[in-house]
Amino acid sequence: MEVTQDKYAQLQQVIDEYKDQQGPLMPVMQAAQEIFGCLPQDVQEKIADGLNITLSDVYGVATFYSQFALAPKGTHVINVCMGTACYVKGAQAVLDKLSESLGVKPGGTTADGKFTLQATRCIGACGLAPVIMVDEDVHGRLSPEDVPAILAKYED
Amino acid sequence: MNMISLTIDGIKVEVPEGSTVLDAARKANIRIPTLCFLEEINEIGACRMCVVETGARTLQAACVLPATQGMDVKTNTRRVRHARKTVLELILSNHDKRCLSCVRSQNCELQRLALELEVTDETAFSGERTEYEVDNLSPSIVRDNNKCINCRRCVSTCYKVQAVGVIGPVGRGFRTSIESAWDMSLNDTACIGCGQCIAACPVGALKEKEESPLVWKMIHDPNKHVVVQTAPAVRAALGEEFGLPMGTNVTGKMVAALRRLGFDQVFDTDFTADLTILEEATELIGRIQNKGVLPMITSCSPGWINYCETFYPEFIPNLSSCKSPHEMMGALIKSYYAEKSGLNAKDLAVVSVMPCTAKKIEADREELAATGFPDVDAVITTRELARMIKSNGIDFLSLPDEEFDSLLGDSTGAGAIFGATGGVMEAALRTAYETITGKTLENLEFHMVRGVEDVKEAVIPLGDLNLRVAVAHGTANAKTLLESIKSGEKQYDFIEIMGCRGGCVDGGGQPLVDAETRVRMDPRKMRARALYQADEGMTYRKSHENPGVKRIYEDYLGEPNSHKAHQLLHTHYTARNKYKTPQKPQA
Repeated sequence: MEVTQDKYAQLQQVIDEYKDQQGPLMPVMQAAQEIFGCLPQDVQEKIADGLNITLSDVYGVATFYSQFALAPKGTHVINVCMGTACYVKGAQAVLDKLSESLGVKPGGTTADGKFTLQATRCIGACGLAPVIMVDEDVHGRLSPEDVPAILAKYED
Repeated sequence: MNMISLTIDGIKVEVPEGSTVLDAARKANIRIPTLCFLEEINEIGACRMCVVETGARTLQAACVLPATQGMDVKTNTRRVRHARKTVLELILSNHDKRCLSCVRSQNCELQRLALELEVTDETAFSGERTEYEVDNLSPSIVRDNNKCINCRRCVSTCYKVQAVGVIGPVGRGFRTSIESAWDMSLNDTACIGCGQCIAACPVGALKEKEESPLVWKMIHDPNKHVVVQTAPAVRAALGEEFGLPMGTNVTGKMVAALRRLGFDQVFDTDFTADLTILEEATELIGRIQNKGVLPMITSCSPGWINYCETFYPEFIPNLSSCKSPHEMMGALIKSYYAEKSGLNAKDLAVVSVMPCTAKKIEADREELAATGFPDVDAVITTRELARMIKSNGIDFLSLPDEEFDSLLGDSTGAGAIFGATGGVMEAALRTAYETITGKTLENLEFHMVRGVEDVKEAVIPLGDLNLRVAVAHGTANAKTLLESIKSGEKQYDFIEIMGCRGGCVDGGGQPLVDAETRVRMDPRKMRARALYQADEGMTYRKSHENPGVKRIYEDYLGEPNSHKAHQLLHTHYTARNKYKTPQKPQA
């Protein structure tokens, strides 16, 4: 509980720092996501009240940019590159296999909180297409058959 | 002002600097189709329906394109026509095209454009469709995103005109939709139920929560004695639904139609508007004499009451304790009328025909049940009444003019003008003047509180007292006014606030006026004119002269603000949370 209170105090500090500047919403939301790991409803309400805007404004921005998460992300975040090269080389099949193995749709997090699966734009590793990133690790030249072995590495 | 001359389709036109190409085209009587454009409210150039050729590489949106000197605009080239039609076909590709059962059929801006641009195949692009659950949990407004075209007219209205802001664009790209935050129903947001989003919507994505099925059930129930009442503003607009010009007063035909629909008694909310004035003026004088909370603010508009309770709870002590007129009428029907006609309140059903969607929420308030039964059982909008009349096969235009039933049917010019912004204030001043000074008011018309200016103010001499008054309409204007009081910049004694701009005549339940027509004629002014004309023609023009009102005080209520009047005609208010489902902090 104390930890949470501390987080709200941090958020308030950020709001106070930005609220009289121009365009304060994005920096405050970014800082809030740093503090809380995501932007749940009560945090968005505090931002709205703090900046004297509506909850609708905050929620609209939070859902527009993929950098913002509404719910906490998993321990490991899997990004599947859907850029042109990867797509042509079969990224969709890899994504489908991941989705099936983890039992979540792209954008979702597994019930045990271990994995978040995301589809992403080109990550600039076209030579390795199709490519996925798990946290900071790059795995390239994949086929759907490679998926179980990769997931196993992060299971523990 | 600097003038700019330009050519549109070969016609020379001069416009003031700062005009758009759309303004200039209208001046030259050249029609450019628009869809997302709502004058002064939503001017964002988003839908591309108004594109024109200007010699630039790309087509330009006329609604946001500034007119410049020497510009040569073409509005109907092959390229323009093709672009508009393609855009429209793409909009249609993700639109629920079940027009037959749509409440907006034949009154839909999208449908009209499809005909006008000669769309021959509404499925020209048949790709993926986004599907949404209909939000019908609010007692006032239904949102069906399957019909939404993302024009944002409702969003701009909710933010700019009403300062509420509970809907906005969510997501991006193909998945963009107009939603409340966190997938909430409107019912769980700070929505005030004013229905101005409905009036702004070009299609059938927003409509009132219909209660007409319930009303039909009551009418067809042989054990129910169904009493109907109509608000002042309804008669000034209902005719539009039957092709009459804006601003036609159809009181007599409306009453006749209600009888033919099967209502047992037809009463006039104007009657309780007059009663409101007696109660409210007495309350105001009491507050002034006893140094009570001032300024006192009117409480007739439930959209405004919802706004005050949610966004400005600190002003709750300023609100008049008077119920709104139709709630007073409901309470009197179930007590006074029941007694007079030997009926039991439980066998009575009260239906209110209102220019308003917030009245639907108001009627559900638990505290508005003076007899132990709800004061009002169902609220239908002016539009719903028109649909009931049409579906009953009534030829409205050939109906004779009939009179309201007499017990609660008398009215005065003061009650009639309640429907226009400033009307309640003016009616109150007519009565307050005579009550305070004991003299007869010579000039009845208080022009300084009339009209559609955002915030009106005046100082009215009432004998020794100089009454400082203000009038605001539309909750964004109310916000401006309240902030000026909070900051200490302004001081007033008496304030009228209406939730909708122009007052009830342009309420969220009134006949819809499309965006293009609104540029040419202002329903707020034209419908108000019908009410002011009615006022001028009335035998009685002051609420306290209403013979029925005098009778009910003598017979039943005693005097204004008596114990019995308080029991039946007054209410209280509750501060509300902006976030209806406050989340607990997460660990």
